[in-house]
Amino acid sequence: MISFRRIYVDFKVFSIGYLRNKFGLFFGLIFPVVLILIFGAIFSGDTGTINVYAQNQDTGAFNQNIGNQFLIALNESSTIKVITVDISENFPDYLATHSSSDGIIIPPNFTENYLLEQPVNITVYGSPASSTSGIVSGTVSGYANYFNLQRFNGSMIISLNSTTVSTNQSSYIDFLIPGLIAFSILTNPMFSLVNIAADYKKNKLFRQLSLTPLTKMEWLIAKVLFYIALSFAGFLLMVGVGVFAFGAHVTLSIWLIPFLILGPLLFASLGMLVGTVAKNPETAGVIGNIVTFPMMFLAGTFFPIDIMPEYLQTIAHALPLFYVTEGLNNVMVYNNIPNALIDIAILGTITLVIFCLAVKLFKWRDD
Amino acid sequence: MFSIEVTNLKKNYGNLKAVDDISFKVKQGEVFGLLGPNGAGKTTTIEIMEGLRERDSGDIKILGLDPWKDGYEVHKKIGVIPQEFTFFEKTTPKEAIKYYASLFNVKVDADTILKEVLLDEKENHVFENLSGGQKQKTGLALSLVNSPEVLFLDEPTTGLDPNARRAIWEVIRRLKAKGKTIILTTHYLDEAQQLSDRVAIMDHGHIVAMGTTEEIIEQNGSGERLEIHGEKQLADYIQTNTELQVTYNETKGIITIPLKKKIDMLAALAAAEQSEMKWGEIQTHQDSLEDVFIKLVNEPLDEQKEEQQIEQKKNKKGRQ
Repeated sequence: MISFRRIYVDFKVFSIGYLRNKFGLFFGLIFPVVLILIFGAIFSGDTGTINVYAQNQDTGAFNQNIGNQFLIALNESSTIKVITVDISENFPDYLATHSSSDGIIIPPNFTENYLLEQPVNITVYGSPASSTSGIVSGTVSGYANYFNLQRFNGSMIISLNSTTVSTNQSSYIDFLIPGLIAFSILTNPMFSLVNIAADYKKNKLFRQLSLTPLTKMEWLIAKVLFYIALSFAGFLLMVGVGVFAFGAHVTLSIWLIPFLILGPLLFASLGMLVGTVAKNPETAGVIGNIVTFPMMFLAGTFFPIDIMPEYLQTIAHALPLFYVTEGLNNVMVYNNIPNALIDIAILGTITLVIFCLAVKLFKWRDD
Repeated sequence: MFSIEVTNLKKNYGNLKAVDDISFKVKQGEVFGLLGPNGAGKTTTIEIMEGLRERDSGDIKILGLDPWKDGYEVHKKIGVIPQEFTFFEKTTPKEAIKYYASLFNVKVDADTILKEVLLDEKENHVFENLSGGQKQKTGLALSLVNSPEVLFLDEPTTGLDPNARRAIWEVIRRLKAKGKTIILTTHYLDEAQQLSDRVAIMDHGHIVAMGTTEEIIEQNGSGERLEIHGEKQLADYIQTNTELQVTYNETKGIITIPLKKKIDMLAALAAAEQSEMKWGEIQTHQDSLEDVFIKLVNEPLDEQKEEQQIEQKKNKKGRQ
């Protein structure tokens, strides 16, 4: 029988110990905030290839399709990657479901107007708060000028008509905050429990505890609850700093709660697993780092995985943290709950497997 | 009334017979010492008794319960200090006692327990800042929280300075006076002698001797002997001129003569005087626990040796 009184007692002693450990406190709460300040400052300018969704409504004329040519030219620029959207889609809805704010619509009579030297508008979607939107409209406008110059010696045929998708107002800091929340959801329980599992095993502290009525399940639940509490605290702190220091746009929703619970549960279990299977604390530390570091950087924490080469994106999808990062982004930045639910389902499955494995392999006493 | 009954206990680690068919019983209120060199199987034995390790075969009853199968029940009734006790680094002894009390769901006065183990000055220091002795005392304090009937102390003073050791001994004596049954492992002979009512000497997984220290010395030690500091020639002279059995240690320069009867001493000294050779200090000597321990533990226990031992015992009986 699991006793909540014993879980509470163990939780309390562990929390007091944690708060007395200045290093733990620093890496648990202060460090991610420092990262937000540093990365927020570095990337407030922003750059890189931006995914832009484009719908070409142009049907062409005189055996030509200038709309297609325009998109091909844009795609050859180093700043924009054009993703074509089928004509049957409702474009603003499409952007929303794909968690993007950047898009272009080439109007139906584009080729005809262009060749007949009639003024024509390309609609550029973007958000005023997003640094990518400025780059997108700048690039599109540059190519419009180029096309204008090429044919009509500079007279304005193609011009831009900017619009926004109301729900999406993302910038790098908006992306960075969920990333760093995911980062601390990973690192706090992971590093701590790898360490504890290996140390307690070596120092025979688990065996010492096995002589009390506390069970290993109660002990583990107390640790998980602590790291869930810590991730909620970290969440509030980071969102607070992001909003007040950088004017970040964050959507708060109850759908964040599953990530703040499943994340620490997953990584506490994974840490226990690594610490349990390792022969000694040194090996545990090394294995812990091998498991943790790729996730820290490849799972879309500091950089969106869109900017990575395809093979790295494939790797990213195999990392459990990716579903925390993507899920938090879907909720906080894009308010895309259906996609977030998929992330929750995948994350929940991974968590269940790792948790069961950790509980099975983690032993209080020797055979 | 026995608190502990161990019968034909065996435990192997691969090919190593860590504990090889040992049996003993411990009475209620008795302090029982398991003495032996490192690797003798003491810790394995005590851990099996505590229910921390599974045995290969044999039978164990701790207060009538099987420590492995009924571990949860047994743990409520026993107190344990493992070798080199450690605890949560950032927890004070007082917090640790309260933590244990809450886990066991018992009401205890932390200050009383701290006093009982002679630990109150440092109660507000976290565990990692305590000295070795204070850490061990914290372990003792925790083992007392559930008012155990039986205490297991696995090398409680290993690595401590003499003062800290004596303080721990004092605590153990007090616990004994309160009627607790105590199992103590140690590789310190003085510790076993000072604290234990009975001792079992373990070597290579066997119990090689068991009883009170006096009994063990009586059964395994050689009898009284005369030692004379002198030259080899003197040894030879005594040998040829008496019927005594004389051995000579060249490096120490000591002539040793076993005394079957007290009068043998007179014969030996008369011969020495007669020889007109120089001789120094004389003394009679009887084996201490240490002598017996070294004899039992360092020499391989082959059949020949066993036969010798049996003969020695016969000789002793003949004398008495």
